[in-house]
Amino acid sequence: MDVKNLKEYLCWLYYQYLLITGIYVLEPWEQSIFNTVLFTMVAMVIYTSYVFVPIHVRLALEFFSGLCGGQPESTVALMN
Amino acid sequence: MTESSENKTANGEVCHRATNGIKPGRNGLVKNHYLYQQQQQQKCCHPDEKVHHVACNGGLYSRPFNESFEETPMLVAVLTYMGYGILTIFGYLRDFLRDWKIEKCHIAREREEQRDFVPLYQDFENFYTRNLYMRVRDSWNRPICSVPGAKVDLVERVSHDYNWTFDYTGKVVKDVINMGSYNYLGFAENTGVCADAAAEVTTKYGIGVSSTRQEMGNLDRHEELEKLVAKFLGVESAMAFGMGFATNSMNIPALTGKGCLILSDELNHASLVLGARLSGSTIRVFKHNNMQSLEKLLRDAIVHGQPRTHRPWKKILILVEGIYSMEGSIVRLPEVIALKKKYKAYLYLDEAHSIGALGPNGRGVVDYFGLDSRDVDIMMGTFTKSFGAAGGYIGGKKELIDYLRTHSHSAVYATSMSPPVVEQIITSMKCIMGEDGTTIGRDRVQQLAENTTYFRRKLQEMGFIIYGNDDSPVVPMMLYMPAKIGAFGREMLKRNIGVVVVGFPATPIIESRARFCISAAHTKEMLDTALSVISEVGDLLQLKYSRHRILPSLDRPFDETTYEESED
Ligand SMILES: Cc1ncc(COP(=O)(O)O)c(C=O)c1O
Repeated sequence: MDVKNLKEYLCWLYYQYLLITGIYVLEPWEQSIFNTVLFTMVAMVIYTSYVFVPIHVRLALEFFSGLCGGQPESTVALMN
Repeated sequence: MTESSENKTANGEVCHRATNGIKPGRNGLVKNHYLYQQQQQQKCCHPDEKVHHVACNGGLYSRPFNESFEETPMLVAVLTYMGYGILTIFGYLRDFLRDWKIEKCHIAREREEQRDFVPLYQDFENFYTRNLYMRVRDSWNRPICSVPGAKVDLVERVSHDYNWTFDYTGKVVKDVINMGSYNYLGFAENTGVCADAAAEVTTKYGIGVSSTRQEMGNLDRHEELEKLVAKFLGVESAMAFGMGFATNSMNIPALTGKGCLILSDELNHASLVLGARLSGSTIRVFKHNNMQSLEKLLRDAIVHGQPRTHRPWKKILILVEGIYSMEGSIVRLPEVIALKKKYKAYLYLDEAHSIGALGPNGRGVVDYFGLDSRDVDIMMGTFTKSFGAAGGYIGGKKELIDYLRTHSHSAVYATSMSPPVVEQIITSMKCIMGEDGTTIGRDRVQQLAENTTYFRRKLQEMGFIIYGNDDSPVVPMMLYMPAKIGAFGREMLKRNIGVVVVGFPATPIIESRARFCISAAHTKEMLDTALSVISEVGDLLQLKYSRHRILPSLDRPFDETTYEESED
């Protein structure tokens, strides 16, 4: 029962997606091109964010912590 | 408003400025201004001074004038543009494929030997037809095979190549509720008095005489029709033509010419636009139903005269329509007439949709506002809509009609109207006037008004965005997104309701809409069925865009902020 509802809901969602993007009026092969392109783009965005965001966050954290906390010490240490 | 020194001179002037300060058109709260102004007027105007009375339009309306054009929600506008963007990209892709002969081109295009000539199929309209309209073409031009009354039978057709060609299956889609015909009073019938009378006249007169009125085509039926029309409109004289479109496009050139100025509403019908252009007069366009804009143009025209020579204009003609068929709005006739009198201009009123459909006696906008038809110089209208016939008329002073009889192209060259058509008009018009001894006509006018109010109210309550005046039987419902135009037409037809959907060339690109035309022939049950289906499809397609879920009722107290806003 629940599975059926979920399936209906997904169908409805897909229908809305078709209508809002306008690809409802396109021919099936055009729809699949659009879907593929969109899917690839979204997948790439997710993948890049998965790969690069943690690194950037770590770097940023290091940078800011360096700014606030240990900086004077370390520069002094370096100069010596 | 920019003027400030003069508003303080006299009380009447203050009132007048208040008039000008209205932000007409699309603010959706127009009614409040009028309520306010009615009170304002009592405060500041001496009731017995005529001039002031004219200037304050609060007093010009005998009934509430509610017209709303709800703003497009931001998100919807953005998504609509995005949708068109995506479709345009695919359009370019398809054009590219056609250019490289990867795909067969089904539509007219530049031929090989015309390569170096001026391109014919490259403008946006052609691109639009080829790549957008073609994909949803099945919602337009549906062939019918019965009288287009309240219900209609459609010829079933299918397309196997995405709407490039259609195959008829040989089946008929029966009893589709017809929400698309301009059959306001339900006179599109093949039974009943009108049909019988027309049939009788056909046997007696035949179907036409193939000659012009000025030669051998003038029949007693035509004379009778013209007398009847004049009586119906309350004008001195009237004249009938075989085609409504030509009535406009051929008579305006007879009325104005070089050295004349035409002030035309921006949403005027193509026939009026064509007539104005053919006349060779200067044309200036004012914003839709916007009296400030009209007054500004009038004042400028009188102050500056013709360009370069600064001679006064020979004539100034204001072109307006009674009901605008795409917006469902009603012309602000009392104000137009006040302006016309103030600036001594002429008024040409096209009542194509309003004749028969408006007013307690079905006599159009003049009747609706309770005005005098002698204040309108040229009363034009068509028999195509409410009367279920074809043709157009012009009514006015006797001199005007006599002049047109000898000078108008469509009077001189066009063949006279077909007698059965004339008879259909005569019978239906007599019915509306009550001259046939029954109250059928009156009941129909009443029924139409009821149906209109009911249908509009229900749609608004459901949360759709509806344009136009509360009393207008043309009900445009906004769809916005390109895919929803096609989807709405198809889904409605699946549920056995025929609707008209309107898209780009006829409307601004993002304001696609469905247009329902209410008829007196629709019964309550039909309207209820239609409404429940519209609601269902509206939920399916997510069309209930309106954010004014709670309707401002008629007696909502005015708030001063609205007035304050309108001042600037
Ligand atoms: C405002 C207006 N004027 C004139 C016409 C033309 O009338 P007909 O269809 O009788 O030629 C129309 C028809 O659509 C119209 O809407």
